[in-house]
Amino acid sequence: MAQAAIELIGINKSFGAVRANRDINLEVTRGTIHGIVGENGAGKSTLMSILYGFYQADSGEIRVGGEPASIKTSNDAIALGIGMVHQHFMLVDNFTVLENIILGAESDALLKRSIAKARSELERLEREYGLEVDPDAIIEELPVGLQQRVEILKALYRGAEILILDEPTGVLTPAEADHLFRILKQLKEQGKTVVLITHKLREIMAITDNVSVMRQGTMVATRETAKTTVEELAELMVGRRVLLRVEKGEAEAGAVKLAVKNLTVKDSRGVTMVDDISFDIRAGEIVGIAGVAGNGQSELLEAISGIRRAVSGSVMLDGKPIDLTGAADPGELRDRGLAHVPEDRHHVGLVLAFEENENSILGYHDDPRYLKGPFLNIDVIMADAKDKIEKYDIRPGNPRLKTANFSGGNQQKIVLAREMEQDPGVLIVGQPTRGVDVGAIEFIHKRLIAMRDQGKAVLVVSVELDEIRSLSDRILVMFAGRIVGERGPEATEGELGLLMAGVEQQEAAQ
Amino acid sequence: MSTPYAKLPAWADYGLIPLINLSVAFIVAGFVVLLVGENPFRAAVILVEGAFGKGTGIAFTLFYATTFIFTGLSVAVAAHCGLFNIGTEGQAYIAGLGIAIVCLSFDSVLPWWLTFPLAIVAAALVGALWALIPAYLQAKRGSHIVITTIMFNFIAASIMVYLLVGPLKPAASQAPQTRNFLAGAELPKLNWIIELFGAKIRSAPLNVCFLLALVMAFLVWLLIWRTKLGYEMRTYGHSPKAARYAGISETRIVLTAMMISGALAGMMALNPVMGDQHNVAIDFVSGAGFVGIAVALMGRLHPVGIVLAAILFGMLYQGGAELAFEMPAISRDMIVIIQGLVILFAGALEHMFRPYVQALFASFSPRSVGMEAVKGKGA
Repeated sequence: MAQAAIELIGINKSFGAVRANRDINLEVTRGTIHGIVGENGAGKSTLMSILYGFYQADSGEIRVGGEPASIKTSNDAIALGIGMVHQHFMLVDNFTVLENIILGAESDALLKRSIAKARSELERLEREYGLEVDPDAIIEELPVGLQQRVEILKALYRGAEILILDEPTGVLTPAEADHLFRILKQLKEQGKTVVLITHKLREIMAITDNVSVMRQGTMVATRETAKTTVEELAELMVGRRVLLRVEKGEAEAGAVKLAVKNLTVKDSRGVTMVDDISFDIRAGEIVGIAGVAGNGQSELLEAISGIRRAVSGSVMLDGKPIDLTGAADPGELRDRGLAHVPEDRHHVGLVLAFEENENSILGYHDDPRYLKGPFLNIDVIMADAKDKIEKYDIRPGNPRLKTANFSGGNQQKIVLAREMEQDPGVLIVGQPTRGVDVGAIEFIHKRLIAMRDQGKAVLVVSVELDEIRSLSDRILVMFAGRIVGERGPEATEGELGLLMAGVEQQEAAQ
Repeated sequence: MSTPYAKLPAWADYGLIPLINLSVAFIVAGFVVLLVGENPFRAAVILVEGAFGKGTGIAFTLFYATTFIFTGLSVAVAAHCGLFNIGTEGQAYIAGLGIAIVCLSFDSVLPWWLTFPLAIVAAALVGALWALIPAYLQAKRGSHIVITTIMFNFIAASIMVYLLVGPLKPAASQAPQTRNFLAGAELPKLNWIIELFGAKIRSAPLNVCFLLALVMAFLVWLLIWRTKLGYEMRTYGHSPKAARYAGISETRIVLTAMMISGALAGMMALNPVMGDQHNVAIDFVSGAGFVGIAVALMGRLHPVGIVLAAILFGMLYQGGAELAFEMPAISRDMIVIIQGLVILFAGALEHMFRPYVQALFASFSPRSVGMEAVKGKGA
């Protein structure tokens, strides 16, 4: 039996009354890739934060390389050879790669000597692990895949033997993710230990040696990856059987509800984000827009929903144009039957500081139903909120609770309930299940398909390819602001992945 | 994970935490008193007795509180809309102009109960218009409202100085103030209410503005939590992006909120001008606008909290004056230090003790902090 790189024994951690980690035992074998899966709030991040010194465990023991270790700060963790690659990169955007790598590990009072030393060390690391990055490139000019590589290099530069990656593929294209996995395998071959936190079960199956499943703060199982299945892991995560792919019948597409024609949108810096896009959505179908985050999907959604001005082009809702000058009133579009579930529910779709019932009228607060003269009709609003809580199984079912205290899945249900219950003709949804637990994903997908079956036109934008493939009747792929292909639901992941990476386009250009 | 500490029950949030902060402020202030060689306990007794011990003291305390309720509400209304109105001082000061015009024109013709409503409208209107300019610059030009409102304080002060040493000053007078108002612009006192409880009052400026302040506190509560406009203001205040998404016009909501804030600031001027001095004098606001910021923060932007915080600051003003009189070692400046400490602990360090209190609550009674002690079903 190979030696354990990390052993966690009886770890407990509470935040007030919330027991984020309960009696966790975990053993990670040296030189392996160990996956940790679990729903949001299962305690994965807390556990890793304890290991990396962000939090202190209330009780329990950590052993690194067989020796009991006291990890009080992240510096302790680094000294023990533990490196972490965060989900949100901890990089200074306007620094070069080299400057970011030495940040906090400057070896000299004068920067010049630190940099010279770091440069030769970095070259060695890049050669050894196949992690090529231009040391003098500015971070914000690098694609996310390379930024992530810088994060890995940062950890290795600090002498990491054990590398923890928190949801590393969330922002990557399938091709970039594959590349990352090759790097991780190479690290493993060099004897490094990798801990991979993710909620994507396919990734676990693809590259890990062992996998541990967490649920509600406890470690429910550890399996050898080769001896388990996706279905088993999903069931362990949720605690019950889950449909990973929602059943749906054939679409019966009707009349065109939303027609987008030659739409061009620029962002605040004047960069063209949506470039001359045209498509239709018909009643009774779900159109999915696939693409890596940042390829203009957000801007497209905002333009259609009247939040962002368009430079040119037109959008027709039920044959009548939408005002694209930026002066459009999203409230008026709602009246015309266009409902919008925004990508960013924390800052756009919800006001987290509000009570649940207050959020259940956001955007519809002009509706005379909810008003008595200038006053809010609290009785009606509360009754309405309770009704939605019941229909959408929002938990906890208390309309007076602050929205921030709901889980991601339930917050998303609050938004969906609000938008769907208005009985809109067109529903546009950004990232329907981002940060949402497996159980709620199933529910949300069923609801979206039910909308379709009622003859609504549904536009879904998602960076989760699985989601797009399981929901859509037609798939449009966006790359660099353009629609680079349309496929049916039977399209393979590989095919879509190539489109998402813009491969066909580049080939055509050559 | 994202919210490691849950919410406290309302009574702890609005009662216990301010109380702890206040106690710490007084303990630290006690050390300062000790440092100048006085007995802090005796000082505390003098302070509290000075403010609440006698009828006159209570009346003065409530008179000061009236002023702070207005400015506190003004700051709070803007804050609910995500705007930091530091211009309350200037808005109140310039509103004195509106009051002066009304009072000087009508005090010889109309009785007080007709002059008063006119003066309220004038004060609110001038205050609102003075706040409108920075609001417009913020909404349309992106000029930061903190900067512009501070600058507008200076502009207001300069204009008032010009008017009070020039056009508004009676020709023969040496004092930089308007002529004294006649009976038609003098507000009735409320001292008789305190006398009902048996206390004796020699002379104190407590007047009907106190009632107006309480009415305004109620109206602000109604506005913020019960009207569509308040809902829109809070939405914008928490998240301008969500407001845009919800179809709330940024320009309209910023202008409206600032005008309401300015109107409330303007009404503050009624209290000293019509209720006490019966003239508009230079620097009659004397920092009440800035105290309003502390009052609003300490009152957690809630009208009930603001009324209580205003009474506390009224107490510090009145009791502090008594203290300076009784203990020569403690000068006016010492009082300002004590007030500063209260602002520091109640305002700036508001969250210092919160995590500890929350941890304490959570360990004693999980349900009280709104959690169902790690139950299943995260969905």
